[in-house]
Amino acid sequence: MESVGGIIMYWIIVLAIVIFSVLTVTTRKILRAATYLLFTLFATAALYFKLDYEFLGAVQIAVYAGGIVVLFVFSILLTSHPGDNSEKLVSRKKLLGIVASIATLVIAGYALISRCSVMFANLPEGENPPMKLLGETLMGTGEGQYLLPFEAISVLLLACIIGGVVVARKR
Amino acid sequence: MDLTVIWYIVPSLIMFCCGIYGFITRKNMIAMLISLELMLNAVDINFVVFNRYLFPGQLEGMFFTLFAIAIAAAETALAIAIIINVYRWAKHIDASDITQMKH
Repeated sequence: MESVGGIIMYWIIVLAIVIFSVLTVTTRKILRAATYLLFTLFATAALYFKLDYEFLGAVQIAVYAGGIVVLFVFSILLTSHPGDNSEKLVSRKKLLGIVASIATLVIAGYALISRCSVMFANLPEGENPPMKLLGETLMGTGEGQYLLPFEAISVLLLACIIGGVVVARKR
Repeated sequence: MDLTVIWYIVPSLIMFCCGIYGFITRKNMIAMLISLELMLNAVDINFVVFNRYLFPGQLEGMFFTLFAIAIAAAETALAIAIIINVYRWAKHIDASDITQMKH
């Protein structure tokens, strides 16, 4: 049984996620879309905090909200006039988008409902995994530990930095 | 009221559908990228919820989400570098008007 405060928190987070993700894709000013994306990411981080994964919530805020959104805002300011509205949608394209998203909603919703037993599992007892366990899992070489993917990601980030500089530099 | 798995999956499904709608209807490349981030984020929520509810005590879903966030950051940085390069050449970033990347 969830406490009343937990349920109120849940509804605030979910309403924020739904409203801001709809606004992100429907607003016609591109800078506002980036701002609404920021709010959606914050709401997602709050969801992670609510599920007791505090480290993950902190990473979400630091990397997504702190890094990626800033990148988006800078590139928007570099490539378009922030005050401009995007042009009105052609109704054919709008219809196509609505049909595709509704079809996804229906198919995935049906798949969810047909897996009832899993979908109504209750929240098991568990607490925030301690930082020591997270560090050992990230840096260990044993079974179920992730040193190799960690190193692979660091090489990928290095390649990405070099690639970004090479692609975007002036010739 | 019990908050079961489906109470968390449905908002993430709605977020994913918003991403699909935006990806199809937007013309600006950066707006398409923003929609893509929405979809990635929805998938991350799914991993975390399944990990927390169905396999408590294990950390697989959480670490998959961590690595997915890192890869999303790398992908966004590279995509924005390409978009800025395209802007320098074409002076706009409408996906429907850019039909060749190199002239």
